[in-house]
Amino acid sequence: MYRYNEVDARIVGERVAQFRDQTRRFLAGELSEEEFRPLRLMNGLYIQRHAPMLRVAIPYGHFSSHQMRKLAHIARTYDKGYAHFTTRQNVQFNWPALENVPDILAELADVEMHAIQTSGNCVRNTTTDAFAGVAADELLDPRPWCEIIRQWSTLHPEFAYLPRKFKIAVSGSLEDRAATWVHDIGLQVVRNADGEVGFRVLVGGGLGRTPVIGEQVREFLPGEHLLTYLDAVLRVYNRFGRRDNKYKARIKILVKAMTVEGFAAKVEDEWQHLKDGAATLRAQDIAHFASFFTAPAYEVLPPHPVELTAAMDAQPAFVRWLERNTRAHRQPGYRAVVLSLKKTGVPPGDITAEQMDAVAGMAERFGFGEIRAAHEQNLILPDVREQDLFALWTLAREWGFATPNIGLLTDMICCPGGDFCGLANAKSIPVAEAIQRRFDDLDYLHDLGEIDCNLSGCINACGHHHIGHIGILGVDKNGEEWYQITLGGSQGNLASLGKVIGPSFAQADIPEVFEKILGVYIARRQAGERFIETVRRIGLVPFKESVYAQHH
Amino acid sequence: MRNIIKNGQVTADEWLLLREESHLWPAQDVIVPLEVWLSARLAHSHRSAPWLAPDADIATLLPHLADLPLIAIDFPAFTDGRGYSLARLLRERYGYAGELRAIGDVLQDQLYYLHQTGFDSFAVREDRDATQALAALQDFSDGYQVTWRRAEPLFKRVF
Repeated sequence: MYRYNEVDARIVGERVAQFRDQTRRFLAGELSEEEFRPLRLMNGLYIQRHAPMLRVAIPYGHFSSHQMRKLAHIARTYDKGYAHFTTRQNVQFNWPALENVPDILAELADVEMHAIQTSGNCVRNTTTDAFAGVAADELLDPRPWCEIIRQWSTLHPEFAYLPRKFKIAVSGSLEDRAATWVHDIGLQVVRNADGEVGFRVLVGGGLGRTPVIGEQVREFLPGEHLLTYLDAVLRVYNRFGRRDNKYKARIKILVKAMTVEGFAAKVEDEWQHLKDGAATLRAQDIAHFASFFTAPAYEVLPPHPVELTAAMDAQPAFVRWLERNTRAHRQPGYRAVVLSLKKTGVPPGDITAEQMDAVAGMAERFGFGEIRAAHEQNLILPDVREQDLFALWTLAREWGFATPNIGLLTDMICCPGGDFCGLANAKSIPVAEAIQRRFDDLDYLHDLGEIDCNLSGCINACGHHHIGHIGILGVDKNGEEWYQITLGGSQGNLASLGKVIGPSFAQADIPEVFEKILGVYIARRQAGERFIETVRRIGLVPFKESVYAQHH
Repeated sequence: MRNIIKNGQVTADEWLLLREESHLWPAQDVIVPLEVWLSARLAHSHRSAPWLAPDADIATLLPHLADLPLIAIDFPAFTDGRGYSLARLLRERYGYAGELRAIGDVLQDQLYYLHQTGFDSFAVREDRDATQALAALQDFSDGYQVTWRRAEPLFKRVF
């Protein structure tokens, strides 16, 4: 993984000192709330329903057991003993005291972490495939590029006060697991016909209030030009993006207003002035960043060792977990393991300090100390020997990480919702739990197969409901919490936005509505057809007819 | 006469900023709206300079850059970041070498970024202490990006 040099450490340290002084001036009344607000947001600090919330960056979801232990320490010392992993591969603490935040940032800096630009109208944490570096379908490792972007975007003097937040995702594999089509900028690492590495550049995607699938502004951008091209895109956005209405301030609105051709031409014109400038990456620069992401010291191992096969023969539950919660690895004899943070009764993405320490221990014992945070709000140990899988499963079960539901209905993406968030219109955690409880029969759950169910407590869409196969959106109707259901959304290569099936539902009715939706799927699916494929084939009408039949 | 930060120190301002589009300029150095400056500058007995709104079209200004002693860029709110891009364009693309001043909602916590993008004078909001704000120019000792102040990105300077 990337390791700070002396300058990285110095810059983060100076940022902590700067924020300590800003906090001091705010508490002393020298900075107004209005003046302090953008400053604290750019250090990840929200003022929430009950208390401040601090969002800590995990750059592209990549971190170590050492850093996880520090997060556990922070949860214990400054919070209520738990934390929450987010859909931007970050981690949130829900109960820190404002005056302690500078100390928390200093503790983070000790382990090469920070909360820089985890909120605010600036470039946010760059995200990527949680299986980057180990995925069997990977074309090129996106992580060096993510680190290049992290450095470029961190404290960029020109782009600290954009019209609105700005999110970049990078994918380097056949299957897009980074949701590049729904980001302000989506970068797909590709090789051109001559074998050169570069990017297909998508711009103007996003969820939130106005969900949009991004559009291609450049088919192939040679890798060396990445930063000058990003500067050009951001400069056009910074200068011409709307600032009069925060709901029309994202780059997607600018791209629509200019048309994608018009926007691309404007960027191209800007870029002609910046191209080949000092920020152009030389081969040795790219090699330097790549040198941090070399493979760990894998052993040469035979696939299917006896430790694995014997356990599979003895334990059907282990087999189910293997199928659902582990992934193929580039290295024979290894698998990537997903630790589920979607146990029924636990808010999706939540983890206690003791569990965090346990994950760190598992990573050290079984996986070179490496951990990934997935945007689906699970954790991943990327490099586990097949011969260790049974021992890891046994530990994961003890700690509540072994629910064999990855990719299934109960592996829901879910924002903190009205229980915590000041923006939410409705609670999301109890709805997720009600669905998990209704579909707790593992045989049925597995029979239903892969279903992305995403839940947001408000239109800001932190729970990515638009790209859930089934999406749930909390809405406010005359002060009551109601839930709108969408079907047909999808992330990945066939990214699509779900469509609302009809009038919204009361919280208590949601499990029943799900029963009906899934009943239609069971009745109508063809052999081997996944839920989303059935929805695409038969359309929404059969689902609407079933769900709304008894209401008339 | 108010205090401003210029070339790294607090100093008395020689210029009078005229916010309104008036053509009645007092007999001293004035900073006036761009459109007014373009039409009336030649009749003035003292020095004059334009201030730019964040959405200003700078094309009309380009023929004059070599002769201008000062250009001011307005920040109607400190959260409006357009002026940073304008500054870089004037400095880096069009080679403007005179004084570049930030006016409007100019506060301590933005000074470092403003300085990086090419500003060298700062009319810190009058209800704030310019001397206290001055220290913010040293908030960071280095940075990752190419800016007007840093010709090379960090990755070319540090391995």
